Amino acid sequence: MDQSLFRSLAPLSLALFCVSAPAAAQEASLVDGGKLLLTNGVATIEGTSGGGVATWSTIAGRETDRGIGLSGHVTLIELPDYGWQSHGVAVGFANRIELSYARQNFDTRDVGTALGLGRGYTLNQDVFAAKLRVAGDVVYGDPLLPQISLGVEHKRNRDAPVARVVGAAHGNGTDITLSATKLFLSHSVLVNATARLTKANQAGLLGFGSAGDDSHQLQFEGSVAYQLSRRAVIGAEYRTKPNNLAIAREDDWWDLFAAYALTDNLTVTAAYVDLGAIATFDNQRGGFLSAQIAF
Amino acid sequence: MLLLAALLMQPAAEPPVDWDKEFGVEEKVRDPATGELPVDPYVQSNRNAGAAPFAGAAMASSFGGQDGIRRIAHRTVELSETDPRLAEIFKAHDMVRLKRTLFEQFCYILNAGCNYSGRDMATSHKDMGVRMRDMNALVENLQVAMREEKIGFAAQNRFLGKLAPMSGDVITR
Repeated sequence: MDQSLFRSLAPLSLALFCVSAPAAAQEASLVDGGKLLLTNGVATIEGTSGGGVATWSTIAGRETDRGIGLSGHVTLIELPDYGWQSHGVAVGFANRIELSYARQNFDTRDVGTALGLGRGYTLNQDVFAAKLRVAGDVVYGDPLLPQISLGVEHKRNRDAPVARVVGAAHGNGTDITLSATKLFLSHSVLVNATARLTKANQAGLLGFGSAGDDSHQLQFEGSVAYQLSRRAVIGAEYRTKPNNLAIAREDDWWDLFAAYALTDNLTVTAAYVDLGAIATFDNQRGGFLSAQIAF
Repeated sequence: MLLLAALLMQPAAEPPVDWDKEFGVEEKVRDPATGELPVDPYVQSNRNAGAAPFAGAAMASSFGGQDGIRRIAHRTVELSETDPRLAEIFKAHDMVRLKRTLFEQFCYILNAGCNYSGRDMATSHKDMGVRMRDMNALVENLQVAMREEKIGFAAQNRFLGKLAPMSGDVITR
């Protein structure tokens, strides 16, 4: 072999060796799908991973600490006077960072007529969120150290003029969340507690803040879930909310849910939700159905 | 003619090089009685099991006593040996010894009347390069083995709850 050719090939062969060495050890692909079933949570109404209504400290996608995970969801909520549809996507990086987007569409049906918006007027909102796992693991490590994550959710209401008419100060707002989640294996129970700083009226669908109260308020989200099997979990959630608008009382939310992993990649969640009073229409209790696909 | 000359000029055949000797590789011989490969000496202690055992006999009985626990431990090793996610890690290790020590560890933690004679989790997993996804795959195989033995899910989780805190010693990269 020509010597100069050899010299130029030597680093290449070294590089090839370096690349092929991990491959020999069956290095996983970037989308490794190695997370334990259901420990990525299910998509919330805000597109973050959690329990459906409450955001958890989980990171979306089925990746572990060296991969990338992907997930997508569609959620429907049927209420006496309203219809909710939301969908979104999330990416998890190394089980450390979660980036998500969700689009919320809130059909006011006959309420739209009553409010003078027109029948079936739909309030829309985009939610861009990021979450960082700062400590712990939901399953492993110290059994008393939960997985702790810090999140930010930037919400952009696409019907800001309507929000202002009902008394909101802003059409856009940003929530900050701090979540702690742990699966207590000895009892098959998962517990989540989340503190949320928010100005959002009805999660932002009625805008943010009001003339009377335009400061971030501390709210609480709690979830308790019991694992029936590797694939099935049931639970309850409670979420407190601000009450900024003078014209319409806002209630706390709660739900009872059941989630089932039909396959390793497809999870379906059904819930009974009580969203209280929304825009003067009381007792908005109904059914929640969500499908999530995750890799 | 030239070829013949070249052949004649070759030095007499040397004995083949014993590369194991050259590199100081000692061939390990399996113990004829146990079938296990020898390991470097270490201090044996139940503390090496990495978890305090359950109190009472309930867990041992829900796992089918020593016979059930042995089947679960052996099945977990067999599933992992053939699991493409884990085979690369497992094939370099002594499965005969692992089946015994894993059984002892499970049996000790489940309070089914065993002592654990293996090494501690940090020492035994050193240099294995176990990642979180490998640990998860092992947990899944253990879950399969427990399901096959019809262990109730709550009891499965109680047992996993004893193993999960060891992750820090097992996951090394």
